[in-house]
Amino acid sequence: MMYEQFKIRAEGVGSEVYRFQTKAEALDFIIPFLQKEGVTDAPHGYALWAEGPFLNGIDRTPLHNAVPGLKFKVSRQLAADCLVGISEVGYALTDTGSLVTDQTAVEQRLVSTLAVIHIALIGTDKILNGKMDVFKIINPGNSKYIAFITGPSRTADIERVLTIGVHGPKRLVIIFVDDMGGAN
Amino acid sequence: MKSDFKESISKAVNNTILTGALGKFSEAYKVNRAKAYEGIDFEALRQNIADRKAYAATHIDLLAAAFKIKAEAAGAKVYLADSPEKVKEYILKVARDNNVKTVVKSKSMASEEIHLNKFLEENGMSVRETDLGEWIIQLAGQRPSHMVMPAIHMTKEEVSELFSKAVGERLSTDIPRLVEVARKELRSKFLEADMGISGGNLAVAETGSIVLVTNEGNARMVTTLPKVHVALVGIEKFVEKFEDIVPVLEALPRSATAQLLTSYVSIITGATENTDGSMKDLHIVLMDNRRTEMSKDTKFVQAMQCIRCGSCLNVCPIYRLVGGHVFGSVYTGGIGTILTAWFEQLQNSEDIQGLCIQCGNCKDICPGMLDIPDMIMEIRRRLAVEKGQSFVQKAIFTVVNNRKLFHTMLRAASVAGTPFTSGAFIRHLPFFLSDLTEGRSLPAIAAEPFRDTFKKIKQPKLKEKVAFYAGCLIDFAYPEMGVSLVKILNKAGIEVIFPEDQTCCGAPARYNGAYEVAANNATDNINALLKEDVDYIVSACPTCTVALDHEFISTFTSLGQTEMLPKAKILAAKTIDFSTLVKKLVDEGRLTPTQGRKLGSITYHDSCHLKRTLKVSDEPRELLQKVGYELTEMFECDTCCGMGGSYSIKLPEISGPILQRKLTNIKSTGAAIVAMDCPGCVMQIRGGMDQDGAKIKVMHTVELLAEQLLSDK
Repeated sequence: MMYEQFKIRAEGVGSEVYRFQTKAEALDFIIPFLQKEGVTDAPHGYALWAEGPFLNGIDRTPLHNAVPGLKFKVSRQLAADCLVGISEVGYALTDTGSLVTDQTAVEQRLVSTLAVIHIALIGTDKILNGKMDVFKIINPGNSKYIAFITGPSRTADIERVLTIGVHGPKRLVIIFVDDMGGAN
Repeated sequence: MKSDFKESISKAVNNTILTGALGKFSEAYKVNRAKAYEGIDFEALRQNIADRKAYAATHIDLLAAAFKIKAEAAGAKVYLADSPEKVKEYILKVARDNNVKTVVKSKSMASEEIHLNKFLEENGMSVRETDLGEWIIQLAGQRPSHMVMPAIHMTKEEVSELFSKAVGERLSTDIPRLVEVARKELRSKFLEADMGISGGNLAVAETGSIVLVTNEGNARMVTTLPKVHVALVGIEKFVEKFEDIVPVLEALPRSATAQLLTSYVSIITGATENTDGSMKDLHIVLMDNRRTEMSKDTKFVQAMQCIRCGSCLNVCPIYRLVGGHVFGSVYTGGIGTILTAWFEQLQNSEDIQGLCIQCGNCKDICPGMLDIPDMIMEIRRRLAVEKGQSFVQKAIFTVVNNRKLFHTMLRAASVAGTPFTSGAFIRHLPFFLSDLTEGRSLPAIAAEPFRDTFKKIKQPKLKEKVAFYAGCLIDFAYPEMGVSLVKILNKAGIEVIFPEDQTCCGAPARYNGAYEVAANNATDNINALLKEDVDYIVSACPTCTVALDHEFISTFTSLGQTEMLPKAKILAAKTIDFSTLVKKLVDEGRLTPTQGRKLGSITYHDSCHLKRTLKVSDEPRELLQKVGYELTEMFECDTCCGMGGSYSIKLPEISGPILQRKLTNIKSTGAAIVAMDCPGCVMQIRGGMDQDGAKIKVMHTVELLAEQLLSDK
C-alpha cells in the first residue's frame, strides 16, 4: 500500500519506480538497463556505483564483465564523465514521492548530482509517510549533508515552461528491493 | 509620484508580452497552488509557521549565539555581519585567503540585496550565477523581477539572444535546447570553481544547520564541488528547532511554485569532506542589514516571518500588470516594498508603496501570515509624517476633516456638476475627482443627498432600532441604495435612525497616510453613532464597515491615542455589514422571500474589504439566490475591480486595465446583472460598463433585494 502511494507520487514528479523481491532480480534489471542506455568504458559513458549495503556479498566481477563501463570506485573526474550514477538511499516518503538520505560522504553526492541518470536503490521497508516521520529519524548531528531528492532536476525559468534536467540528473530511477539481505 | 516612475508603469502596462506572460502565470498559479494544498489545513499550517518564525524573530541574539556554537562545533566558521559592507569585506577576505579566481553561485536574494557579484567582479573575480533564471538576468545585466522566478519577464527569444552571445553560437528558441546549453556551459564552471556561494532558506539554531531548497540541482553542486563554500543567510532565516524545518518545507514549495516539494532539499550541518579528501572550508555569513532593527519595530517584526516564497507577487493584481522592474529594487512586489523601505531606506519606497491597492489578496495566501497591506499602510503613514503631504492632498484632507465644509462642497458639486451630466453619468466631476479618467464614467452627485431624503421616508415607529452609517458614496452619489436599505429593514420590523453628525469614515485619509485626519474622522463618527443606543450600526459600504469595525481602532493604536479606544471597540462590536444583517433576518424568519421566482442569471463580484477583511462572501450570494436569481460565478470573482478609492485617480494607467479585466470576466458569464455589496465597486464597474456599452446592469445587492423583498406579500 505504501509502495503504491509512493509510486504514484514519485511518478507524478517524473521519477521512474520499480520493485523487485531480491537483489538478484534487481541486478537482472539494472545490468540490461545500463547496457541499453549505452554505458561504455569511456568519458561520458561510465556508470558509477557508490558503496552501500546493497553491494555487500555481491561479486562485482561478473557485473563489470557484463558492463565494462561500470565502476565501483568513485572519483570526481569519473563522476564528471559518467552517464549513470547508482547510489543507495535511506528513506522514501509517500506524501511527496521524495527520497531522503544521508549524503555526508561526497561520493554519494557525486554520483547522484553529476550523472545524467541517477539510479537510487532502497529497501521496500524504508517507506515512511512523510516529513514528520523522517525528521524523527534523521539526525544532523551524525548526518552532515542530508539530501531530499524528489524527481529529476527541473527548471521553469524560461517562460515558465517545465523543463527536465537542467543541472542535475535528467532521470531518476528508483528501485525498491523487498529483501535487501542475502547475496546473489 | 515622479514622472519617470509613471513612465516605467506605462511602459510595463503597455508591454503586452510581459502582461500576457504574467497574466497567464497568475491564472495558472491560483489553480495549481490550490491543488498543491489539497488535503492540507493551510490556516493551521501558516499559524504554525508564523508562531515558530515569530519566536525566532524575537530571539535573534539567542538563536544566533546557539547557531554559531553548533555550526562551529561541526566545523563551519560563522560570521555575523551587521552591514552589507562587512559582509562583502569578509567574503573578499575568504576569497583572497584561498586564492579564489572563479566563483559559482546558487540563488541568493541576500547576495542580490548587497550587489555582491558586482563587488567580487570589481575585485578581479569571475562570478557565475548558476540558477538558470539568475544566469539569464546576469547575462542581461538586469535585476531579478521576481524573488523565486527572477527572469519571469523575459521571453525565450530574448534568452536565446543572450545565450547565443554567451556561447558564441546562433541558437534556436527551443526551450529544452536552451536549457541544455545552460547545462553544458555551466557544468564546466561548477567543476572549475574555487568557491561556491549559496544562500540559505533556513538556519537552524539548535543544530547549526542551513537548509537549501532548490529545483535545478545547482545548489548541490555549489556546495559540493568547490573547496570553499560561503553561505550568505539573512538573519530572518533563523528557526529555533530542527523540527521547525518541517512546516516551512510543507509550505514553501507549495506557495512558491505549487510543488509538493522541490526536486532538492539539502540540510547541511558543518563541514564535509571535499572530493580530494580535504575538509570543506565552510563559512556561514549571517547578515543583519537592519533586520534586528526591523524585529524591534512592533509594526514590522512580522516581516521577519516571511519565508520568501513570492506568493504575494503571484496573486497581486498590480504585479501581474506591471511586473517586477517597476519596483526599481532587488525585492519586488508587496513584500519587496516593505523590504526596500527597510534594507534600503524608507524614501526609496515612496513611489512603489503607492502601487498597493490594498485588496488584501496577498494577506489571504501568505504562509508566514504577514499583513503586507497593513505594513504598506504604515509605510505610507510614516512617509506622510516624514515628508508631509502634497499641497493638493493637504487641501483635500483639510476639507474632509471639516464635516460641514465637506458636505457643503459635495452639495455644491451636485449643482455645479449638473451641466455635465449625461444620463446618470458625468464625464468630469468637479472637486477632487476631477482628474478622471479614461474607460469609466462617473456618477453624478445626487441632486438630493441621502441625509435629506432620509427625513422624507415615512417609517413606522418600531421598538427595535439600528443606526445606518451611509458613507459618502451612498449619502451623496447613491442615496437610492440607502432608501432601499431603510425599507428592507422596516419590512423586517426594524426602524432605522440616521445620526446626522456622521461624516467620512476616514478611509481616504488613512489610505493616503494622513492618520491624524483619519483619527479625527473616527472620533466624530464614534460620537455621532454611539449617541443613541441601538442594536446594530449597519453599513452598505464594506470600506466604511471595515473602518468602523477595524480601522478606527488601528488608527488610534498607530498614533498612540488611547482615549477613544474603549468607545471605538464598542462601536466595532455593534457594526455589521448589510448582507450579513439581512441574511440573519432571513434566517430568523423576519424576512421571507417569495419562493419560486425565476429572475434569470446573475453574477457576483466580491469586494475586497467584504471578502477578505470582513470574511463575507456566501451571505449575499445566498440572499440573491433566495429571492430568485440564478448565480453564475465569474472567473476571478474576488479579484479587485481596480477602484481602491483614490487609487483609480492616482494610477489610472493601472486601475484601467484591472477594470477592463473585470468587465471581460463579467461579460463572459452571460449574466444580465452583476451584483456587488460596495458602492465604490458599483461606481467603478457601472462606470466601466457604461463606457463599454454592454447592456449589463451593475447593481448593489441592497437594490436587487429591495426590488424583490418589498414586492413580496
